[in-house]
Amino acid sequence: MKRVAAYRAVYPGTQPSHLHPPYVSSIKRAPTKPQVPIPYTLSEVTGPAFGPEIVAPKANDLTRQHSGEPMGERIIVSGRVLDENSRPLANTLVEIWQANAAGRYLHEGDQHKAPLDPNFTGCGQAVTDAEGCYRFVTIRPGEYPWRNHYNAWRPAHIHFSLFGPAFATRLVTQMYFPGDPLIPFDPIFNCTADEKARNRLISVFDWETTMPEHALGYRFDIILRGREATPMEE
Amino acid sequence: MSLQATTSQTVGPYFKIGFQWLNRDNLVGEGVSGERVTIQGQVFDGDGVPVPDAILEIWQANAHGKYDHPEDIQDKPLEPGFKGYGRVPTSAEGAFRFVTIKPGPVPGPDGKEQAPHLLVSVFMRGVLRRFVTRIYFPDEPRNDADFILNLVDPARRSTLIAKKVAGAPGALEWNVVLQGPEETVFFDLGL
Repeated sequence: MKRVAAYRAVYPGTQPSHLHPPYVSSIKRAPTKPQVPIPYTLSEVTGPAFGPEIVAPKANDLTRQHSGEPMGERIIVSGRVLDENSRPLANTLVEIWQANAAGRYLHEGDQHKAPLDPNFTGCGQAVTDAEGCYRFVTIRPGEYPWRNHYNAWRPAHIHFSLFGPAFATRLVTQMYFPGDPLIPFDPIFNCTADEKARNRLISVFDWETTMPEHALGYRFDIILRGREATPMEE
Repeated sequence: MSLQATTSQTVGPYFKIGFQWLNRDNLVGEGVSGERVTIQGQVFDGDGVPVPDAILEIWQANAHGKYDHPEDIQDKPLEPGFKGYGRVPTSAEGAFRFVTIKPGPVPGPDGKEQAPHLLVSVFMRGVLRRFVTRIYFPDEPRNDADFILNLVDPARRSTLIAKKVAGAPGALEWNVVLQGPEETVFFDLGL
């Protein structure tokens, strides 16, 4: 009987703890008892699969979901999805959502006094190609205030959600923009102890994908968990 | 070359706009075999207050104990109407409900079958990294010998086992309690 090949344990400090007191919402929502370590079974190394057919053809262009063009600076956000073994992950669903250029989400809970944009919904989907590449056209989201602490503002960011090949590889994260002066003050960005790991959440301005007279390009590569080399024999 | 996995971040308060297109609270398509169950419950924070902005994702095998995934090479049938994926947000009252079937048993790490179970990921504002837990079934004789359940402190195992709802056949209750004496068991997969 072969055990299933596990996914690699996280490198210390590169993932957030559940409790991060500067992010006030974590205080009443972080478990107080230790999590129970379990071995990988068939349940965790399988997971939902979504083919390219699930995504509408223009779902990756957030600037063309309405009759007019959204306000703000058009940008192209693209990158590759790889696993920790540098293997490109094809056919992986990528979901994004974000605020509009004024820093307002199309969500009933967002009461920030900034205008909604009738031409911007702020969500998109893509499925990675054979090389693990995805690409979105969107507008640069605005910064917005929140009530975590006095004069708290979130840096501009885009939420990313990925499934990968297994239950174990599921990832939700946020992409930030280079040079944003709010980043050093953001408790959510800073929840990860390892400085290099958190800085990898900052996208890179990219001439290669910048389109002349059309849109700046930002590159954001995403790494999902990778397998241990070999299954353990019993 | 070895890379490090991208760090996780919270879904924040506004995930609905990104997630709702793929919400699924009925996992059972046409012609699917198995015992229908409705699983309902609430998510509670450390003050016992229902959490109105949480979302659960479900992953499970079909009634034969087969996952719709290429890595499941068991000689068991797939059913076209059953993918095993669910995504269910909580309501303003912190409540969720979904319809599925009780899965069949799947192989465990000790070479024996695991008791029927659902895998659950829990996301919400304030949670920087998803919670991973399981839902097991009441009156299930395989629970006692389940490898994973036996790794859990016996006093806490009940947080993983759904309860029958009196007077409602097929209805099961299972809650997510984030803190306190009834705190739900969350698993560490080294993620």
